[in-house]
Amino acid sequence: MNTVPASSPDIAINVEGLSKSFGGREVVHDLSMQVKRGSIYGFLGPNGSGKTTTIRMLCGLLTPDAGEGTCLGYDIRRDADKIKRQVGYMTQRFSLYQDLSVRENLEFVARLYGLRDARGAAADMIQRIGLNGREEQLAGELSGGWKQRLALGACTLPNPRLLLLDEPTAGVDPKARRDFWNEIHALAAEGLTVLVSTHYMDEAERCHEIAYIAYGHLLAHGTVDEVIAKSALSTWTVSGDDLNGLAAELAGKPGVDMVAPFGTSLHVSGRDKSALEATIAPYRDKSGWRWEDSEPSLEDVFIDLMNRSKDNFQ
Amino acid sequence: MSATDAASQNRDVPEPAFGFWRRSFAMLVKEFIQLRRDRVSFAMIVMIPVMQLLLFGYAINTTPRRLPTAVLIQEDSDLARSVLKALENTSYFRFTREVHSVAEFDDLLQSGKVLFGVEIPRGFERAVRRGDRPALLVAADATDPVAAGSALGALGMVMQTALAHDLHIGDPPAMPFEIRAHARYNPAAESRLNIVPGLVGTILTMTMLIFTALSVTREIERGTMESLLSMPIKPVEVMFGKIIPYVIVGFVQALLIVSIGVLLFGVPILGSVVLLALLTTLFITTNLSIGYTFSTIVQNQLQAMQMSMMFFLPSILLSGFMFPFAGMPVWAQYLGEGLPLTHYIRIVRAIMLKGAAPSNLQYDTIALIALMLIAMTIAVTRFRRTLD
Repeated sequence: MNTVPASSPDIAINVEGLSKSFGGREVVHDLSMQVKRGSIYGFLGPNGSGKTTTIRMLCGLLTPDAGEGTCLGYDIRRDADKIKRQVGYMTQRFSLYQDLSVRENLEFVARLYGLRDARGAAADMIQRIGLNGREEQLAGELSGGWKQRLALGACTLPNPRLLLLDEPTAGVDPKARRDFWNEIHALAAEGLTVLVSTHYMDEAERCHEIAYIAYGHLLAHGTVDEVIAKSALSTWTVSGDDLNGLAAELAGKPGVDMVAPFGTSLHVSGRDKSALEATIAPYRDKSGWRWEDSEPSLEDVFIDLMNRSKDNFQ
Repeated sequence: MSATDAASQNRDVPEPAFGFWRRSFAMLVKEFIQLRRDRVSFAMIVMIPVMQLLLFGYAINTTPRRLPTAVLIQEDSDLARSVLKALENTSYFRFTREVHSVAEFDDLLQSGKVLFGVEIPRGFERAVRRGDRPALLVAADATDPVAAGSALGALGMVMQTALAHDLHIGDPPAMPFEIRAHARYNPAAESRLNIVPGLVGTILTMTMLIFTALSVTREIERGTMESLLSMPIKPVEVMFGKIIPYVIVGFVQALLIVSIGVLLFGVPILGSVVLLALLTTLFITTNLSIGYTFSTIVQNQLQAMQMSMMFFLPSILLSGFMFPFAGMPVWAQYLGEGLPLTHYIRIVRAIMLKGAAPSNLQYDTIALIALMLIAMTIAVTRFRRTLD
């Protein structure tokens, strides 16, 4: 194994062989990953794939059953307290105090981290996240988008070096999502490392690097282009009439691993390029359909990874 | 649109037969499943009535016997020993201490270590033989009229008949000496004098326990615990942060109860108000720590409430608040010693009704501090720093 020394200044997260079980069910299996300092690392995977569990192990909220590693150079088993001081963790479910106002929540966080001027820091953050005018509103009464901003504000307030965001944009409208991502990029530009879990494909493409996790196994990682290239998946895009009929006909034929409708077209993918081409050859000559050799989308790659992992692990 | 049209349009799925019962049944099945999953609640369903029955049945005795008694013997004579033996034979008194000075005698009564004191005066036997009818002092701690009452009532008659066998002087029917019963602290045997100080402790136990018993579970149930744990805060800091506000709340509450007791019920505060305030604050903190400990053990707010009830019930029954402590069997007294209310009730009665000094309250003060520290230690070790 090419373990990077814990002291390496370019690596924010470096873990090896993390495993975690709950009640005999293994939720994370032998997971290793490295996140470069100052990068935005996307953590993708279906529900229940172990994303939240992994994030919780990184910030000391869960103790791994096996494996080891460092977070910001600190041992994740021994130095949880030091890690907590420098990590901002935004939980999947809104976990600030619903019965405290925006300002009170931020001041609470600021005091907890021992910031000198808690009031000032909270006021600055209210400006930064654009919640001015709502300072005195109870957090529980905010809309989803505002809650998410407040949560981001709270976890960036103590100037962390690493942000762990667990599905931060779930249930947020597209405009708020875009603003959110702009903010994340601005923070990363300031040198912050961001690990963000999501299941939106468009968000994956906004990340510098991504990792795909399913059933507790890390299946692929790298830049978006690398992940697509490594998948070795061939995809044909078909447009034309009666795509539903075609989809039904093709599904399960040799070489065809996946058939998925994308709006007015159909993606037909397979890992064995020649087998796929042999199967679709008779259909390509038929009129009414237009076949095009295309790149698989990230979603194609992920669905394929998931289907394959299901065969292996379930 | 006519009424019949509207009716025909609204006719969708017909009401199933026995709909009311089916839906009620569905709800009932769901509740049973949830109840079965909630082990702690389930245990409480069994524990609370069993505990109540056992405590009421075995531990509580409203005509207590064998009450701790101190003797001050100024004269060592056959007659003195006979009198003491006769007293013990009434089964109401049990001589636990022998003292040699009046100060010691008063101290024991004031601190509540004994409920009665018997004083045999110097020259007792000689006076009896001379027919002077000397007085034998039986002093009782009457703060709890129930505990003292039956023993004092039995004194006169039982004493006479018992002495008839032991005493060989003169003719038995004539009283050879006088028993002077002295009901101290609450001579009129007014139960409110006893109940009101006890209520201060009982009310505080109830309210303080519940305040903190819900505190950690509330964070877990609302999901805020995850955020809190991800921040750099230590279990002890969480505990102090959660207990201290309620110390102030509890203090205000205590002030209210004591004021009402003094102003409306005419209960005196014979001792030091500052001492009362200090020890009440200690008692409040002890209860808050215990409540907080429950909070780190239970899984939800319902369980927290039930566990508080579990603790509150014996506190009322075994602390000496409702029933005389000295009248309980030994095992129940040991249980009672483990409850903060037991110690506080002794403290509050001693300060308010007996004007006790700090030196009289040492044992109970130390007991309260010990209980508080035990609770805090359990809470801090039980507090889960991770979500494992």
